[in-house]
Amino acid sequence: MRLLAAIGATTLGLLGAVGRVTLFALQTLSHLVRPPFYFRELSIALLHIGWLSLPVVGLTAVFTGGALALQIYAGGARFNAEAVVPQIVAIGMVRELGPVLVGLMIAARVTSSIAAEIATMKVTEQIDALVTLSTHPMKYLTVPRVLAATLVVPLLVAMGDVIGIAGGWAVATGTLGFNPTAYLKNTVNFLEVRDVVSSLAKGGVFGFIAALMGCYFGMNSGRGAQGVGRATKGSVEAAAILILAANFVLTGVFFSL
Amino acid sequence: MITLENVHKSFGSNHVLRGVDLHVPKGTSMVIIGGSGTGKSITIKAVLGLVTPEQGKITVDGIDITRTDRDAFLARFGMLFQGAALFDSLPVWQNVAFRLLRGSLKRPHDAARAIAIEKLRRVGLTEDVADRLPAELSGGMQKRVGLARAIAADPQIIFFDEPTTGLDPIMAGVINDLIREIVTEMGATAVTITHDMSSVRAIADNVAMLHEGVIKWTGPVADMDAAGDPYVDQFIHGRATGPIAAVR
Repeated sequence: MRLLAAIGATTLGLLGAVGRVTLFALQTLSHLVRPPFYFRELSIALLHIGWLSLPVVGLTAVFTGGALALQIYAGGARFNAEAVVPQIVAIGMVRELGPVLVGLMIAARVTSSIAAEIATMKVTEQIDALVTLSTHPMKYLTVPRVLAATLVVPLLVAMGDVIGIAGGWAVATGTLGFNPTAYLKNTVNFLEVRDVVSSLAKGGVFGFIAALMGCYFGMNSGRGAQGVGRATKGSVEAAAILILAANFVLTGVFFSL
Repeated sequence: MITLENVHKSFGSNHVLRGVDLHVPKGTSMVIIGGSGTGKSITIKAVLGLVTPEQGKITVDGIDITRTDRDAFLARFGMLFQGAALFDSLPVWQNVAFRLLRGSLKRPHDAARAIAIEKLRRVGLTEDVADRLPAELSGGMQKRVGLARAIAADPQIIFFDEPTTGLDPIMAGVINDLIREIVTEMGATAVTITHDMSSVRAIADNVAMLHEGVIKWTGPVADMDAAGDPYVDQFIHGRATGPIAAVR
């Protein structure tokens, strides 16, 4: 009986959380299209989420692309298929690894930062201060961050895709004996438009999820340093899981239908 | 004029406000005293709409706060928070001029900065702090910046939440004097929350004692010492024994 009660309580808790996050997302979307708009906050968020994330995204992509080339070469050698390195690196980076790794890096870097900042603002009554200064916290804090992430993460994913392919190219031509021109030609010829479209679409969805989770957990933070810590940890966990789940769904939508 | 009638507010099983009745006449300074956790902050947050009471009615100048235009309503208020609640990412002058840089009270950038600097001077800070970040200021300076922000748009009603908490006695005296001067010269209605009795005597026209979610006593500050109320008597003399339990 206790087991059933525990399962029931967990299920209800989970459904409640899903409902609250959904409501928060809908409120964010509704504020997105209603003035006032805070363009200064949007431009700051674009800078922080986009430009300042480039180094970590670039490094992640270049090492992943290089490692992918080595793995495919070694694996392909088992059945004399070493030549497929350019094609598999391209498809692997653009369809999956580019968007997912960029999404996870954004979850680690941006979601945590947003959650910690907003949670600290809540704990120190800065959110209440915003309200008393006739400023809606959701419009001022949530909308610029979510909009910026949704707009800029696809660009980061595109950069990650290109840098990842470049990493594979550098390893393949530098250590595995591939012809540089032929490698690039094979890459370009193999990729399809829907590969790129799916990559960018995933970037947009992952950016939305990452910023939304940071804002949601920040706004609903508990008290004190422990509350800020829990909000930060919870936001990154939720963002990472939702990004991976969304990736599965989007992959199904783009490539199974 | 601010009126609270039978206001109740709970957080889970914690019944913070259990029927608060309070009347703050226009242009007067009311100080709410009471121990920690008795609901003082929740009372003013309820007036501002930061928390929603489950029961009761709050009116400002006879108008129910739930039936008024929210922006216009909040534009009449200024609030000094306990920890100043300055926005870390903005320089001091933009904190002070926050309301003047956006929304219905928006002014040109230079005019907003000029007003911010004038308000900073009013609270005893020089122009050179205007471009600093809040983290670069001492606690007392942060409180003063918070005070400057609270009065930046010349509000009709100002709330002060624990204005002297964490300050040394001299800085607390400076803040008390500033609050009294500003409230008098602006003709504003003020509600201050504190358990600092020197603040009460410096700031208050009237005093209300809040305990266990209800107003136990209210009256002019001059009558406070002779109130004859055991709660007030214990609180203002800081006695460990009396009707207020020392361990809560």
